[in-house]
Amino acid sequence: MAAALPLAVLVLLLLGPVGRGHAEPPRDTLREELVITPLPSGDVAATFQFRTRWDSDLQREEVSHYRLFPKALGQLISKYSLRELHLSFTQGFWRTRYWGPPFLQAPSGAELWVWFQDSVTDVDKSWKELSNVLSGIFCASLNFIDSTNTVTPTASFKPLGLANGTDHSFLRYAVLPREVVCTENLTPWKKLLPCSSKAGLSVLLKADRLFHTSYHSQAVHIRPVCRNARCTSISWELRQTLSVVYDAFVTAQGKKDWSLFRMFSRTLTEPCPLASESRVYVDITSYNQDNETLEVNPPPTTTYQDVTLGTRKTYAIYDLLDMAVINSSRNLNLQLKWKSPPENGYVHYQPAQDRLQPHLLEMLIQLPANSATKVSIQFERALLKWTEYTPDPNHGFYISPSVLSALVPSVVAAKPVDWEESPLFKTLFPASDSSSHFVRLYTEPLLVNLPTPDFSMPYNVICLTCTVVAVCYGSFYNLLTRTFHIEEPSTGGLAKRLANLIRRARGVPPL
Amino acid sequence: MVAACLFSKGLTLLAGLLLFSFGSLAASQIEDQAEHFFRSGHTNNWAVLVCTSRFWFNYRHVANTLSVYRSVKRLGIPDSHIVLMLADDMACNPRNPKPATVFSHKNMELNVYGDDVEVDYRSYEVTVENFLRVLTGRIPPSTPRSKRLLSDDRSNILIYMTGHGGNGFLKFQDSEEITNIELADAFEQMWQKRRYNELLFIIDTCQGASMYERFYSPNIMALASSQVGEDSLSHQPDPAIGVHLMDRYTFYVLEFLEEINPASQTNMNDLFQVCPRSLCVSTPGHRTDLFQRDPKNVLITDFFGSVRKVEITTETISLQPDLEIVESRYKKDWMDEELMEPLKYAEQLPVAQIIHQKPKLKDWHPPGGFILGLWALIIMVFFKTYGIKHMKFIF
Repeated sequence: MAAALPLAVLVLLLLGPVGRGHAEPPRDTLREELVITPLPSGDVAATFQFRTRWDSDLQREEVSHYRLFPKALGQLISKYSLRELHLSFTQGFWRTRYWGPPFLQAPSGAELWVWFQDSVTDVDKSWKELSNVLSGIFCASLNFIDSTNTVTPTASFKPLGLANGTDHSFLRYAVLPREVVCTENLTPWKKLLPCSSKAGLSVLLKADRLFHTSYHSQAVHIRPVCRNARCTSISWELRQTLSVVYDAFVTAQGKKDWSLFRMFSRTLTEPCPLASESRVYVDITSYNQDNETLEVNPPPTTTYQDVTLGTRKTYAIYDLLDMAVINSSRNLNLQLKWKSPPENGYVHYQPAQDRLQPHLLEMLIQLPANSATKVSIQFERALLKWTEYTPDPNHGFYISPSVLSALVPSVVAAKPVDWEESPLFKTLFPASDSSSHFVRLYTEPLLVNLPTPDFSMPYNVICLTCTVVAVCYGSFYNLLTRTFHIEEPSTGGLAKRLANLIRRARGVPPL
Repeated sequence: MVAACLFSKGLTLLAGLLLFSFGSLAASQIEDQAEHFFRSGHTNNWAVLVCTSRFWFNYRHVANTLSVYRSVKRLGIPDSHIVLMLADDMACNPRNPKPATVFSHKNMELNVYGDDVEVDYRSYEVTVENFLRVLTGRIPPSTPRSKRLLSDDRSNILIYMTGHGGNGFLKFQDSEEITNIELADAFEQMWQKRRYNELLFIIDTCQGASMYERFYSPNIMALASSQVGEDSLSHQPDPAIGVHLMDRYTFYVLEFLEEINPASQTNMNDLFQVCPRSLCVSTPGHRTDLFQRDPKNVLITDFFGSVRKVEITTETISLQPDLEIVESRYKKDWMDEELMEPLKYAEQLPVAQIIHQKPKLKDWHPPGGFILGLWALIIMVFFKTYGIKHMKFIF
């Protein structure tokens, strides 16, 4: 009796499809999600995920009807007997130190890794053909993938989906670091989405904003997953992810206030009619660095708390399928503002002007207990005019010491002071408050070595130059401009005749 | 007697009238046939747009190509019929102050890159070999469809090339050149394989007219931006982007094409007048001797537009969310008694398994080729020297 019941059910099942005349087409569902995470450095990260789950076993059935799952990828899976496919295009690098851990990081350039089914005989041939087909679909130079940049990892890159046995000879991995990501790669990626860029979260995907970012990564992941909790049958899951990080200084001029319009130049208007779930999650775990709190506008109706990537995080949820979220204005523009507590400090800074006035910096700060506070100021050394140097410039120049005026809390409360009765050392500073006393401290002066010219150099230069000019140039000048005359010997004058007379008298030859 | 004369006169008049009417009918038929001969008989349009220059300062060549791409798409040729080859990426270049844009007019008036661009050959794929393979159809079998020129003998093809060129050659990516003879031969191969009906070749480089001097295949019309010995000049720089945005000839061609719509009747003679010497500084040239039709009968949309049959329907289809699908799926699964054991996900980092796995030995193949020959030679020499009786020591 107990056995007859499942048997009857089985018989019904067999008769059912036959009776109807054709099998019911497998069902597919779409879930879309956007996670907005303000990062510790003031930037903001947005991660889109579009997941299409298709309850069909492509290996056993001949599929001809495609609804949400894109036909281009479905045909790839059946033709090349794929078990898993992961393809990503990235521009930039995820800076874990400033931004925290990523959800899913990808290497810069293009990365493709594929698990083939056990039934494939020539894996390398299928791999080459697959990369050519993908280069046509995504308008990328994936056809440059060949044996020179393909490896077969033996220990890592285990399948991310369902697997029964992992023989690594069916795995291939290749990276093209020189690959550029631009609108021509985003356009076919967007066309694979069921709602294309017309409705739902994909309305925000505008190329001119998405590429003005520090990090842009778009990926396609195909893998088999469990269809139900007991995991007795397979569904195919297609995930399209896109992560971008907007730079606070480039996009928001240094302010840390973000909104959907500032990031994407669009707002959300309606959910995708084909999606069964369409949500925006905003990370509202506040960071306690600067004592600032995060305020999200419009305020969320539900929140979600969980441990993500090792830390406990709180997310505000905006469900686009909920009528209350997209209100009568048909427009959802999320705004994130950082609210800092009111400051009770004072800063006055007067920069120096050359040869007119010095720097003046005054700050009123509240020092926390049991702590060390360091105040530093940077300055540049300038070159003085040669008359401004002292006769001993190598001694250096002095910078005046800093002054610290503080109200130090007293350990013991002091009595109010009468100026004429008390000793002189108690009345240096007027004391207004008995719980703290006033103190003024000075730091050491600073001796700075300015760049000192060699003052003997002008004399040396003049001497050398003049010598060179005189010797070299003067010689040439003389050689070139001296003319030689032939002089007729003069026949004589009176002085000459007189001289000749005297010479004849001496016995010396005449002139 | 008089009646017979009158009768015969009337008969001749009637005969004359009949002959005249037949003659005029025949003449109009001939005229119809003649007019039909002057109209182009193409059934599909293709475009091959090539930019051959690399590096940021050659921004204008990419902008040239993209502006022709934009016009051609606007006038109706779909992406599947356009092969776009860009040798470098300007839009997402780190030096571009406005990422994902390529402008053709200064003050950023017109973004020719757009949101819907599909580049088929990019970066290092733009080579002379790939270009000639696309034209002649001799591509490796695994090339995807978007990278092929699948034209037939009723296709009108527009080929636009821009870059740096000289007398008789065009430079590809600073590392190789294509000569005018190679180009002419490629077109002849296309003609012999009946890969085009009519071909319009436009080139915007220095000394561009030299590239069409050597064509010898029929039905080719060519335009160039400058004559041999002249340089093609660039149009205007944009101070925000820092480079010249377009070349003059293509700038004025773009302005001319912006006024064309898919139904316009403008003909090729207007395109020949597009950039006079006063605007272009160089003298644009054209060549129509290989073309069978008269250029004044050739419409601009014969090459820049597309022949398409469109049927307009007033039926409306409404999309409704299929909420009942979700419930029926779960019910079906519950009834589905699969007789398999449950599947599980793979462990991402099974340390123990990794440590103890042996490295797979590569399949051993017996030595072949050179090594086999070398060993055979050594063994032969050994036995020749020492005699065959030593073989017993081996076996």
